[in-house]
Amino acid sequence: MSNLKTLDHAAAAEIFIKDEARTDWHDDTLWFVRQKRDKAVHGIAEWEQLREWASQIKNHTLSNLDNYLTAFEQQAQANGIKIHWAADALEHNQLMHKILKENKISRIVKSKSMLTEECHLNDYLKKQGIEVVDTDLGERIVQLRDEAPSHIVLPAIHLKKQDVSETFHEHLQTEEGNNDPQYLTEAARQHLRDHFIQSELAITGVNFAIAETGGFVVCTNEGNADMGAHTAKIHVACMGIEKIIPKTEHLSVFLRLLARSATGQPITTYSSHFQKPRPGQEMHIIIVDNGRTKQLGRADFRNSLKCIRCAACFNTCPVYRRSGGHSYHTAVAGPIGSILNPNLDMKANADLPFASTLCGSCSNVCPVKIDIHEQLWKWRQVIVEEGYVKPEKKIAMKGMAWLFSHPRIYRWAGKSGRWFLRTMPFLGNNKLNVWYKQREMPEVPKQSFHDWYQQNKNK
Amino acid sequence: MSAREKILATCTANKPALVDLPQLSDEYLTHYDDKIAQFKLVLEGIGGKVIALENTEQVKEEIAKHQQLGDFVVDTIFSHDAALKTQTSFDLERVDRAYLQATLGVAENGSVWLYEAQMGNRLLPFICQHLFIVLAKATLVDNMYQAYQKLSITETGFGVFIAGPSKTADIEQSLVIGAHGARSLTVYLV
Repeated sequence: MSNLKTLDHAAAAEIFIKDEARTDWHDDTLWFVRQKRDKAVHGIAEWEQLREWASQIKNHTLSNLDNYLTAFEQQAQANGIKIHWAADALEHNQLMHKILKENKISRIVKSKSMLTEECHLNDYLKKQGIEVVDTDLGERIVQLRDEAPSHIVLPAIHLKKQDVSETFHEHLQTEEGNNDPQYLTEAARQHLRDHFIQSELAITGVNFAIAETGGFVVCTNEGNADMGAHTAKIHVACMGIEKIIPKTEHLSVFLRLLARSATGQPITTYSSHFQKPRPGQEMHIIIVDNGRTKQLGRADFRNSLKCIRCAACFNTCPVYRRSGGHSYHTAVAGPIGSILNPNLDMKANADLPFASTLCGSCSNVCPVKIDIHEQLWKWRQVIVEEGYVKPEKKIAMKGMAWLFSHPRIYRWAGKSGRWFLRTMPFLGNNKLNVWYKQREMPEVPKQSFHDWYQQNKNK
Repeated sequence: MSAREKILATCTANKPALVDLPQLSDEYLTHYDDKIAQFKLVLEGIGGKVIALENTEQVKEEIAKHQQLGDFVVDTIFSHDAALKTQTSFDLERVDRAYLQATLGVAENGSVWLYEAQMGNRLLPFICQHLFIVLAKATLVDNMYQAYQKLSITETGFGVFIAGPSKTADIEQSLVIGAHGARSLTVYLV
């Protein structure tokens, strides 16, 4: 699988934060979304009950996933939906290409699907000479700029309205310098309406697939999934195996959690329940593994598969907010991405579990109770064990471990360290010391706590 | 081995020991003393309009008025047009106003449920410029749990919860109403 990585997280973040004003704006904007989430959550007395149910439903589903997948397949087929299975990203892309070729399709619209981002479907099809038009406004903006989404719910959150205005001026011939979001959105509406009306095939994601009925639910605020799916003669919905839930009534838990966690809305504008193709329409579902069954087998990490992609963990994360989604060089960024991506490619994504302060805020806001920060910490151990950290870090950590297990030498090192830092501060305050980056070294106390305690314990 | 067999076999091999499914119950959920007031409060908060009516006469008059003005109005409540079902995006993209009856409304989140049969055409509630919903007050439920208890999802090919007009905040988090779907949503509570 191709990876977007050119720099590791820390190096990419260093570039991101060079523009301080923009970094502050990014930080504030996402914190604003987190606050909207809090307000919505505090309005629901049973919030913790809903989280607990959601977590238990997902745990149960994962413990019976094979049976639910076959039940879903059987029901969906009985409803006239064609089911395809893809072991990995390449198979998913090849299946899609086959459907397009067999039906001689050239006009394709796609609503937001993080799975197709994960599989790099657009790039794959582009190489076959096929263009896919992304129709979520944020996704269309980044597609026109030849960028990847930087956030799974707010794809263009790294951009300012001036950036969007420039992009639309170039591609959609909007007025130069008109930065009004209303005006720009209207231009996108007109532009994409033409694509919808003429579309022959619509690709959508899947938020929830119901084993009991063989139906699936797609949530949007813009209405773009529906505009495509109900126009095109073929609808292809792409889902990871973990999108399954057992029963229709379970939607009553997840639909209450999803939008509140994501944007602070009580529910998305449209929660569309697809059951059967309309007369004359073809409906396909591609069920994708791409590493998920492997993650299911990792006891420490399997519950990352409970994720419903609300991005609450992104918005609350102090590291995400101040490093931007692109620093994570993967389709799913943020804390959840940092525990999903090492499973897909441990070496390429070895930096991600370290892009965290382990503050635990992600786990606190997670609507399905994934222990995200604990998994970040566990991945660090696996990654060090497997030898995927830089030698400097490994040597430093080993040295520290040795020092901490030898109290006499530790005390001597502390004393001499304090003396050196007092008399020769340049030994600490220099570019070779990464702790000095963007910080002053702390003022050195005259005495260690150990010495102070020895002196004072009998007073 | 096919992808299907491979995926299912690995699931079987890697899944943890079976854990129980929780029993959902309405007794833990919020119920509202005044469902109408709650529904109105939430829906207006997300950009929808709520108008209480004694009966549907006023809606009929409104439809007639706009038809006379030359607007393209589609009404599946008071009239039946068999051709609507097979109309395409090219026909429907000019629809100014669509009038549809909803099955139920949810006080907790301001959404209304529509079955495919009530839409006349699946595309209609999305492609129309302005959407008008007639909803009986008596159909309001407290929450989504109650809503799903009342609905029969499998009896329809397609159904949707709609909460407010189409919207986006993808440009700098500035809320803009009217992304791809309807630019406005009005619910007549009867």
